[in-house]
Amino acid sequence: MAKPKIGIFAIQGDFEKHYEVFDGLGAEVFYVKLPEEFEGIDGLVLPGGESPTMSRLINTYGLREAFEGLKKRDVPVFGTCAGAILLAKNVIDAPENFSLGMMDITIARNAYGRQRESFESEIEINWNGKQKKITGVFIRAPKILELGDGVEVIGKLENGDPVLVRQGNLLASTFHPELTDDFTVPEIFMEIVEAFKEKG
Amino acid sequence: MIMLTGTWRLKVGFSEMLKGGVIMDVTTPEQAKIAEEAGAVAVMALERVPADIRKEGGVARMADPEIILRIMDAVSIPVMAKVRIGHFAEAQILEELGVDFIDESEVLTPADEENHIDKHQFKVPFVCGARNLGEALRRIAEGAALIRTKGEAGTGNIVEAVRHMRRINKEIADLTVKRPEELYAEAKKLQAPYELVKWVAEHGKLPVPNFAAGGIATPADAALMMQLGAESVFVGSGIFKSEDPAKRARAIVEAVAYYDNPSVLARVSRGLGEPMKGIDVSKLAEDELLQNRGW
Repeated sequence: MAKPKIGIFAIQGDFEKHYEVFDGLGAEVFYVKLPEEFEGIDGLVLPGGESPTMSRLINTYGLREAFEGLKKRDVPVFGTCAGAILLAKNVIDAPENFSLGMMDITIARNAYGRQRESFESEIEINWNGKQKKITGVFIRAPKILELGDGVEVIGKLENGDPVLVRQGNLLASTFHPELTDDFTVPEIFMEIVEAFKEKG
Repeated sequence: MIMLTGTWRLKVGFSEMLKGGVIMDVTTPEQAKIAEEAGAVAVMALERVPADIRKEGGVARMADPEIILRIMDAVSIPVMAKVRIGHFAEAQILEELGVDFIDESEVLTPADEENHIDKHQFKVPFVCGARNLGEALRRIAEGAALIRTKGEAGTGNIVEAVRHMRRINKEIADLTVKRPEELYAEAKKLQAPYELVKWVAEHGKLPVPNFAAGGIATPADAALMMQLGAESVFVGSGIFKSEDPAKRARAIVEAVAYYDNPSVLARVSRGLGEPMKGIDVSKLAEDELLQNRGW
């Protein structure tokens, strides 16, 4: 089987870190910045960064329609931190047309505080009946406040906060797996991508 | 729940998040909002922009905490602020205020002519300016989680930032072709710790992100620095000293995101009104150069 094609949304943020991760996992990886570059991808990664910056550029460069196209084809999308905010249906205190509204979650930006309060903590992952503990890196991180029907919690902090959630082919993390050497989370996304690809 | 804060990974990770973005100098909450709406990834809260510091003279210090707090209240994006070189008490105050990033900056009047701040003592990350690789590595050794070119702030003239970026890139490239036993002598020449010199030689890049600053005034300036290898840009006086700050701010954000796309650059560069006036750096006396502060 041909390598899955993973686009990394590279308009702003830590897209290079994601590139390195998925390149390391054997995907065909490329940067995506314009609508025409969305064609033919098997999966898209929305990196961490500043969601207001990405949101403004998405609206200015006609990228909202490109994301609609992905949604129609049910293409897997993985959002980390700012990316998770962009995926969310509801973002607390955000202006209209801020997020893409693809995933049925409510999320609050910078919910753990400022950079001084950014933290590393252990996350419990529960995927396909297997449990595992990994280190989560949370940078001015958002918090998922509400989960819609069909949104499944895959990872949570010790205090119970959901930090890795899935709805169908959409995966969202409020932390940054790309900043650690542990591939558990990107491998989960690769599984989703491969299943999508097989179904054709 | 065990939570680690202020780790090196959290500091450099935050620098990674700012990549492909524009950090804008602002002096009021209103300017901060304009910057946020234009798509800035962060704002730098200041009392005066570098062009005014240059013009007015006197001792330039950390901004009044009142101004910084009002700017922090006005926007949801990260807020940075500057301290004088070596002035760790100013840095303690900024950390206490909750500022997200501290710039130990040559734009302000240095407080210590021998020592920079021991940045490892802080939970908040620091950015420092550099003109060459040795300077960059000395700052990283002291704990800087982000490097920017010094350029020549407040001039609206890109020539010094270009010089510093090219120099750092060349010095990095030169290290990558050295034999292992030569790196000890290179460390001596660069006046930088051997471990960092070795890391750069092996990886062909700095161990922290490298941004451009000092003299960026147009979308084309920003795109030039990005194409020369900068991973983001700081714009100081260039936006709010121009005729139409909101429009110029948006244009520079787009120019950084699409720095390798001339059709976008041509479109966003049109009709921006007057840029800041600018200064010919070669006409400045040696003691007027801000880049010579710090070592």
